[in-house]
Order: sequence, then structure tokens, then C-alpha cells
Amino acid sequence: MQTALRTSLPETELASRANFAPHARVVREERAAQTSGLPLSIRGLRKSFGDNEVLRGIDLHIPAGQFVAIVGKSGCGKSTLLRLIAGLDKIDAGTISFGSDVQPEDIRVMFQEPRLLPWAHVLANVEVGLGRDRSSADAHARAEKALTEVGLADKRDQWPSVLSGGQKQRVALGRALVSRPRVLAFDEPLGALDALTRISMQRLLERVWRDQGFTAILVTHDVSEAVALADRVLVIEEGRIAHDVVVNAARPRERGSAELAGLEGSILSHLLSADDRT
Amino acid sequence: MSLIDSISLPRRVRLPRADGLVQWIVPLAIIAIWQLACVTGFVPTRVLPAPSDVALAGWKLLLSGELARNIWVSFWRASIGFLIGGSIGFAFGLANGLSQLSAKLTDTTLQMVRNVPHLALIPLVILWFGIDESAKLFLVALGVFFPIYLNTLHGIRTVDPQLIEMGRIYGMSDGELFRRVIFPGALPSIFVGIRFALGIMWLTLIVAETIAASSGLGYMAMQAREFMLIDVVVLSILIYALLGKLADSASRVLERATLSWHPAFQKR
Ligand SMILES: Nc1ncnc2c1ncn2[C@@H]1O[C@H](COP(=O)(O)OP(=O)(O)OP(=O)(O)O)[C@@H](O)[C@H]1O
Ligand SMILES: [Mg+2]
Repeated sequence: MQTALRTSLPETELASRANFAPHARVVREERAAQTSGLPLSIRGLRKSFGDNEVLRGIDLHIPAGQFVAIVGKSGCGKSTLLRLIAGLDKIDAGTISFGSDVQPEDIRVMFQEPRLLPWAHVLANVEVGLGRDRSSADAHARAEKALTEVGLADKRDQWPSVLSGGQKQRVALGRALVSRPRVLAFDEPLGALDALTRISMQRLLERVWRDQGFTAILVTHDVSEAVALADRVLVIEEGRIAHDVVVNAARPRERGSAELAGLEGSILSHLLSADDRT
Repeated sequence: MSLIDSISLPRRVRLPRADGLVQWIVPLAIIAIWQLACVTGFVPTRVLPAPSDVALAGWKLLLSGELARNIWVSFWRASIGFLIGGSIGFAFGLANGLSQLSAKLTDTTLQMVRNVPHLALIPLVILWFGIDESAKLFLVALGVFFPIYLNTLHGIRTVDPQLIEMGRIYGMSDGELFRRVIFPGALPSIFVGIRFALGIMWLTLIVAETIAASSGLGYMAMQAREFMLIDVVVLSILIYALLGKLADSASRVLERATLSWHPAFQKR
């Protein structure tokens, strides 16, 4: 708890500073021009496990650099979709294309569990994220930079076991970011965190996404998190995309504003009505 | 942070020192009582010689060079047998943990052999090797093989599959995956195997040297029994205990050095 409070402070500060700086948006638009994100096109994607048809034809286009949230009730296939996008499982039918040649380092996944190597120091864990560049001369420097980005530069020589849950997840984020991915997929990365740490991590996610311009795909249970972070919220039902909701609210977004609350309410009612039907 | 440091630092420094002393209190007290019991005639020295007599016998054997020679012979047998059995067990553990095919081929056989108490093979081993060095090495190696094999195998099979998937996602080659994920993950279990194996190593050696040897600590004890030198018999037993403790401490030091990441080794 103590650590959560302490680490959340700088970001709160950062976010409020952005509110008062009109030039912040200009800087962001310049960055957006040289965006590093990849567009993503999915056509007729199907996946079943035995008799269980999980995905029954997903069609989806995500423009480069967009932040997409995926919601849906438990077991509807969100993780399955994410694993297919990340190339972790085999596709039954359909295609997923990224618009250009992709390197393995271009696509990264973050899970609910940090999956850090307990026997490697924090910095070495981040270096793992460099993929084939792990042994290059600037590996240390790059890992340190990523660690600074997630605000944990002072923990570089610690064992993961002494970090708090939120800090471990930050290290995992640093590891995912260090190779400068162009698509970053998150599978409920904040699901196991307490409310306060969660909010500070959401701000961190939004900040690195704005800084680096990757295409972000976030699977979450928390609809308010989805509308707070995403440009677009997809609702999956019965193996298809049932709703595609655009969130136009300007960034930085004010949590709990009437606009976001309204969107959240309508998405929740979609989810609940689907639940009633079954 | 600074608050936590200032509280826990002095404790961390004091604990091991106190521990180091505390663990010797009981052995020292036992020796003191033992000495007292012998000097007062409560225990006849025919049954149990006084610690001072045992020490004297040790001193004499030390001067004659006999003690050092026998300890060295036993130590040599123990370590060579351990190295041979341990490395074969480790190799099989690795192979069967990493390869389905290898596990299918050999695991069932090994599990069957495991159920034969290796000391039951002594008559057979004497027939094969006589009371040659190889007889003792064979028995020690066989005894050490199984704990190391089983624990290496178990360690590799129980490495967190999520970590292995993570390694694959981040593009680790097979070799790298083994070096960075699988082996470090299996190491705590391998150490459990080593500690078990060290116990079995001494046990096997004592039995083998008592039955079939012409040198070594066990042989020294048997010789002393024939000449009714009870102080030497007790001395041999004490040296065995000391060597066992030494081997265990060595493995603990090694464990602590290589598993410093493990939460269980950070506080103590
Ligand atoms: N490897 C697998 N083998 C068999 N069935 C699987 C496998 N992975 C997922 N499933 C099944 O596919 C369905 C969708 O699972 P998935 O993990 O994608 O759900 P989810 O939407 O992520 O749920 P949650 O929100 O609870 O994480 C479930 O019914 C699950 O049982
Ligand atoms: Mg899931």
C-alpha cells in the first residue's frame, strides 16, 4: 500500500501538468505524424477448441496507432482473440494481417500475471524483452531507458520478489516496451491490482501509448477502464463483434465525467442484455 | 524505505551470529554431560569411553598418520562416487525432463530399479568387484543417482509453463530458454536432490566400508572393534557425523549463493 501510494504520486502530478499545458497536444500531434503503430486487419477469423466454437467469424480493422479495448463476458473468447493476434495459437480459418512485414519484436503481449523471471534482476528481466537484440552492446542502455519510462529506474538491481504487484506489472510493461513494439496487446494487465494502483497504471499505459504511438489492444473486464483509455470499445458476443463503440472524448480524459459515464452505461447495458438472452 | 532499512538492518546483522552460536549449545552440552557421566563412573568406560579418551585416541591416530589416511580414502570414495552417480542422475533427469521420447524410453525402467534398495546389492557387488575400490564407488554412485535423478526431473517438469511461454514469445532459442528459464527454475529442486543424495552417500559408504574394505573410516572402526578399542570406534562414528555435517553445510552455502533470488533465502 505504501509503495502504491508513493509510486502513484509522480504520475498524478504528470497528468495534472498535462491539463495545464496547451502545448502538450501540439507535441503529441507531431509525434502522431511519425507514428510507429501498425494497422491490423482481421477477416473471417475462426477458432474452436474441440466442439467449442469460440470465435465464429471476427471481422475487424484497426487503424495504425489506435487504442482499442475489447470487452465481453467471461469465456467469450477475448483472450483467445488476443493470443491469435499475438501469434501464440494457430488460426482455424481467416486471416490476420498487419499491413507490412512484421518482425517478432514488433508485436508484444502483456498478461495479467507479470511473468517475470524470479532469478533475474529487474534490469535483466527488461532486457529479455529485446528479443534477438538481447546480446547487442546497447542492451543495457535500452533496458534502462525502458525502466525509466515506467518509473522504476531505482529498482534496476532488485529481485522481482521484493516488488509490489503494481511494480512487477510495470517491469513487465517495461519489458514489453523495450523493443519499441508497433502492436501491444494487453490481456487484463491490471486485473490483479488494487483500485489506486490500477488508476496509476492506467495513466502510465495511456502516457506510453501517446509517447510511442503503438497500436494498443486492451482486453479488460472493467468497462470504465475501457472507456477511459480507448478510442474504440469492441463488445464480443457469441464469437462475433456485436458492438463497435467509438469513444470521442478528448484526452486527457477526466475520469467519471458525464460523457464517459453515459458510454459506460450503454456498453454495460449491451453486456447485460446479452446475458439475459442466454 | 529508509524507515524499513533502519529497523531491519541491525536485526539482519545480529541474527546469523546468534544462530551460529545457538546451534552449538546442544552438542557442547551433550559432550559436557557425557564427560561428567564417564568421570563419575555413572557410565562404565567399557560401554562408552569419555570424550577426553576419544580425543586422545584421535590425537594418537593423527600422529601416526593413520587417521588422515583413512579420512582421505573415505572422502575420496564419497566424492568420486557422488560425482559419478550425481552426474549420471543429473543427465538422465535433464534428458527425461526435456524430451518426451527419452522419458518414455527410460523413466519406467528407472522407477523400477529405484524400488530395489541399493544396499541389498552388496553381496552381488562383492561377487562382481570383490572388495575393490570400484565396489564402493559403484554402491555410492547408485545410491546418489536416484535422488538427483528424481529431483532434477521434478524440477524441470514443474517450471512455470507461463514463464516458458513468455520466453518463447520473447524469441528465446532452445538453448537460451534452458539457460535463462528452465535450469534456474529447476535449481531449487535440484538442490533438494543434492541434500538427500549427500545423506545417502555417507550411509552407503559407512555400510560398504564396514562390510567390504581394507581402508577407510568404516574399516578403521571394524578393526578397532576386533581389538576392543572402543574409543576408536566412537571416534570413527563422530568423524562420520562431522563429515556429514560438513557436506551439508557446503551444499547450503552453494544453495544460498545460487538461490539468492529466492524469497526463502533473502530474509535468513
Ligand atoms: N487451450 C484451450 N483449450 C480448450 N479450450 C480453451 C482453451 N483456451 C480457451 N478455451 C475455451 O475457450 C473459451 C474462451 O476462452 P477465453 O480464455 O478466450 O475467454 P475470455 O473471454 O478471455 O474469458 P475471461 O474474461 O474469463 O478471461 C472458453 O470457453 C475456454 O474454455
Ligand atoms: Mg481471458
